Amino acid sequence: MQRRDFMKAGAAVAGGFALNGRMLAARSLFGPSVSRSRATIDPVLRELLLEAIDAATAAGASYADARTELVLRQSIRTREDHVAGAGESASEGVGVRAFVDGSWGFAATPEMTLEAVVRAARTATAVAQANAAVQRAPMTLAPVESYGDVAWTAPHEIDPFSVSVEEKADLLLRLNQVALKRSGVRFVSSGVSCYRTDKTLATSTGTVAAQRFMRVGPYMTITAVASDRSRFQSRGSVVEPSGYGYEYVLENMTPESVEVWADEAVGMLQADTVEAGDWDLVLHPTHLWLTIHESIGHPTELDRALGYEANYAGTSFLAPPSEVLNSFRYGPEFMNIEAERITAGGMASIGYDDEGVKAESWPLVQDGIFVDYQTTRGQASWISEYTGNERSHGCSYASGWDDIQFQRMPNINLEPNAHDDLSEEDVLAAVDRGIYVEGRNSYSIDQQRYNFQFSGQVAWEVKGGKKTRMLRDVAYQARTPDFWNSMAVIGGPQTYYVGGSLNDGKGQPGQSNAVSHGCPIAVFRDVNVLNTAR
Amino acid sequence: MNRSDLLTETEARELASRILALSTADETEVSVGSTWSGNTRSAVNRITTAGEVENTSISVTARFDRRQASVSTNRLDEEGLRAAVDDAASQARLTPENPELMPPLGPQSYAESRGFFEPTASLGPDARGRVAADAIRVATGKGDLTAAGFLTASAGAAAIANSRGMFAYHRSTSVDYELTVRTADGTGSGWAGVAHRDWSQLDIPTMHARAADRALHSREPTSVDPGNYPVVFTAAAMSDILGLLAGSLNARSADEGRSAFSAAGAGGTKVGEKLLDEKFQLESDPVGLGSPPYQGDGMPLERQVWFRDGVLEQLSYDRYWAQQQGAEPTGFAGSLRMGGGDATLEDLIAGLDRGLFVTRLWYIRRIDPRTILYTGLTRDGVFWVENGEIVRPVHNFRWNDSPLTAFASIEALGRPERVSSSREVPPARLSSFHFSTVSEAV
Repeated sequence: MQRRDFMKAGAAVAGGFALNGRMLAARSLFGPSVSRSRATIDPVLRELLLEAIDAATAAGASYADARTELVLRQSIRTREDHVAGAGESASEGVGVRAFVDGSWGFAATPEMTLEAVVRAARTATAVAQANAAVQRAPMTLAPVESYGDVAWTAPHEIDPFSVSVEEKADLLLRLNQVALKRSGVRFVSSGVSCYRTDKTLATSTGTVAAQRFMRVGPYMTITAVASDRSRFQSRGSVVEPSGYGYEYVLENMTPESVEVWADEAVGMLQADTVEAGDWDLVLHPTHLWLTIHESIGHPTELDRALGYEANYAGTSFLAPPSEVLNSFRYGPEFMNIEAERITAGGMASIGYDDEGVKAESWPLVQDGIFVDYQTTRGQASWISEYTGNERSHGCSYASGWDDIQFQRMPNINLEPNAHDDLSEEDVLAAVDRGIYVEGRNSYSIDQQRYNFQFSGQVAWEVKGGKKTRMLRDVAYQARTPDFWNSMAVIGGPQTYYVGGSLNDGKGQPGQSNAVSHGCPIAVFRDVNVLNTAR
Repeated sequence: MNRSDLLTETEARELASRILALSTADETEVSVGSTWSGNTRSAVNRITTAGEVENTSISVTARFDRRQASVSTNRLDEEGLRAAVDDAASQARLTPENPELMPPLGPQSYAESRGFFEPTASLGPDARGRVAADAIRVATGKGDLTAAGFLTASAGAAAIANSRGMFAYHRSTSVDYELTVRTADGTGSGWAGVAHRDWSQLDIPTMHARAADRALHSREPTSVDPGNYPVVFTAAAMSDILGLLAGSLNARSADEGRSAFSAAGAGGTKVGEKLLDEKFQLESDPVGLGSPPYQGDGMPLERQVWFRDGVLEQLSYDRYWAQQQGAEPTGFAGSLRMGGGDATLEDLIAGLDRGLFVTRLWYIRRIDPRTILYTGLTRDGVFWVENGEIVRPVHNFRWNDSPLTAFASIEALGRPERVSSSREVPPARLSSFHFSTVSEAV
C-alpha cells in the first residue's frame, strides 16, 4: 500500500495498526505516564520485526536487523517573564538493515504494517546486493551472543513526560526572576528539552531487545549589559544535559545556582581583559569534558581513522592503527581514558547497542598510551590483529528509525587521580600563575583533531594557588598531543563531574548522538592563551 | 516508493482541513509536509551506503487567548491526527501566557516561487551510483587518489493553514553534491562541491576534476607563518563567512544593546552606516531562489535588501518586534543573494600579488558576538600565490576573523554561484584575513 493510500485509508485503520488480523494497541503518545516507567517487549511489535527479518533473509541476507523507534521530544522555551514556545513531537517507524556478501543495505518506513516492513526488508536487501556488486573489500561481522528477549530502561526517578508543561514552565519562570533580580542583569532565557525513545530491536542472531532511553537538557543564558551599552556579557551552558530523568533538572536548576550564574554574568562585564601568552590552565570539569570529547572522543573513532568520514567530519591523526595502537603516547602516565556505555545517567548508556551487542566498558588510553578504538561488529576485525579482540565494543547507533546505524561515540571519561583524592584546593595549590576556566563556550578543532581552540563561560586568574580576579576574552589554542602531555595534575574522585552533549553530529546524511563525558579538575602547563578582543 | 507520493496541493488542503476541523481551540495553525530523500555515500573509493527515506508529518498549534502549544507527529491515521490535535489543545491550556503572540493571519496572496525540478526529484539510486562511480574513476585515473563523496537529492511538498482561512503550499527540490579527494600518502586533500534546486544545472565532470586536481596539487605542503594575508576565497568559503553576518542581522538584539549592530550610548542601531566595502551587496530573494514565498505563520516573504554599497540598509524584524518598533516585518535573513562581478575564480587568483587561495573553511565557532568574531580552520586545499600564480601548497591554518573586517576589505568579486539550493554567493579576493596558527591536519 502506498503512503497516500494509507493516509486516505486512515479511517479504516482507526483504532490500531493491522498486523495479520491482530492490532497494535492504540497508544496515546503524550498522555499521562507514570513517574517511573519501563520498557517492555510488545508482542505485536516483536512479531512485526521478526517478519521483517524473515523477509530479508528469505531475499538473500546473511544477517538482518529490524528496529522500531517511537521518539518523543518536548521543549519549552522562556525569556524573562513569559513562555516563548512550547512544543512536542512524536515520530515512529521501522528501519531494516540487511547484510549481503559483505555489504549493507537499509530502508525505512513510517508505516507500521506487515506489508510495509516486508517491503522495506526486501528493499534493504536489494540495496545491499547492489552495493555488494561493486564492493572491493567485503566487510565481516564480529561474533555476537544471542540474548533472547531482553528489556532495559534508563535509570530514572521521574519520567520527564510525567511532568506537566505547566510545572516545567513555572520552574523556569521563577528561576528567570531570580536572575533578573541581580543588578546589571538585563535579559534571561531558559528552557528545558526532554526526550524519550522507545526502541525495540530484533536481530537475526537471536536477540529481541526493548529499551527505553531518556534525556533531559535544561538551559539558561543570563545576559548583563553595561549601563552605557558599551559592553555585554552572557553566562550560559550552566547545566549539562543528562541521561537521567526530570529529577536531574530539579536537582540542578535551583535558585541558589541561578544567583551564582547571575553574579558571574555581571562579574564578567567588569572583568579585566586577559594578557595573551603562555599560561598554566586549571580546567574545571564543566569545561574539560568538551575538550575530551573533541580531542579524544572523535579521533578514536575507527571509521574516521580509516577514511570513512573523509568528506565530512574528517579523518584522524590516530592512524594507521598498526602504527599507533599500543605505542602512541597520548599523555602522561597517570592519564587513563575509559570508554563505556554502562554508567547510570550517561547519555550513551544502553543495555544493548543497535546491532544487539551488550554494553561494556574498555580502555582507550592506559597509562598514557593509546590502546584501542571505538568499534562496531563490522569494524572489530580491522584491528583485531593489534588488539587481540575479535568482538565489537558495542558502538552501533542510529539516531532514529529512518537512519542507518553506524559507529557512534560511547561515553568517554578521564579517570580521576587513583592515588590521591585531591580536592580542587589541592589542585589549585600546584599553580603559581594560571587561569581557571569553567563552562563550555566556543570550541573548534581541525578535521584530523590536532589543532584546537576552546574557551569557557567564565575565567579567573590563579595566583599563588588561589583564584583571584575574573578575566575575560580568554581562549586557548593547542595541538592535541602537546596539550595532553602538558597535563600535570589531576583531581581525585571528589572533583569528578559528568558533562555531555545532546547533539553530536556525524555522518552523511547527518545523524545526531548524545554522549556523556566524566572527568576531574586538571592542570595543564604553559598553554597558548589568546586575547579574543584584540 | 516514489516522488509521485508527495502531497499535491489538493491533498495538502484536504489534510489540513481535516485537522482544522478536529480542533476546538480558539485558534489553530497546521503545517503538513511530505518529503523524499535519496542519498549515495562513498569513501575509500567505494560506495559505502545508499538510502531512500520518505516521511509525511503534520504539526498542529493550538491557541487559547495567549496560551499556545504545538505538537507534531507522523502518525496520520484518524486516531493519530486526533491525538495530536487533542494534545496540542491540552498542552496549550497548561502553558503560561505569551504576551508576544501575534494574531494569526487571514488569507494572503503569494508570488509564485518555482522551486521544484523534475530532474532532481527523479535522481534515483542507479543515477547516483553512476556519479559516485565516475568520481572514483576520475580519482583513481589521476594517480594514487582516494575519493569520498556524498550526493543527496530531496523533494518535498509542504503546506500551512490556519483557522482564519490562511493557506499556502509550496513544492521544492534540492540537490547537494560534494567530493573530497585525498592522496594515498595522506599529505594532500582537495574538495569541490555543487548545489542547486535543479540537478540538470550542475556540471559534474568539472567538479570531479577540480577536487582531484586540488588533491594532486596539495600534496606535501609546506608552512607559511601565521599572520594577516590577502586571500582568494572560493564561493563556498565566502558563503560560510556570509552566514555569520546574516545570522547577526536581528533587529531586536540590536535594539536591546546586545548585537554588533547596536549603537553605543543611549540606544539605536547602526542602520544607515557604511560598515563594509562599497562593493558589498546583500539581499534576501526567496522567490528568485525557489524558496517558499512565506514564513511559518503565513506572512508573505518578499525581496529584502540588507546591505547596499556597504551600507546597512535595515535589520530583520519578526511581526511582534516590528509592531513594537513601528517597523515593517521582514522575516529572517534567509534565501540570500550576495552581489558579485564577472570575474572567474582564476581571474581573482591572477589578480593576487602575494597571498593565499583557500578552498574550504571548517568548524566555525563564535568567539565574540560583540564583534561577530569567529574562529575556524581551512581545509582541503590551501595554496600560496605569487604574481597571480599558484606556486605551492601550504599547511592549513586556524583563523580568527569577523565578516565585519573581511567584507570591509573586499578587493574584487567573482561571478555569483549557487552554493546551496537557496543561496547565491560569489568567490572573492580580500585584502586581508587573519590566520592565527598553523594546523598540520590534512
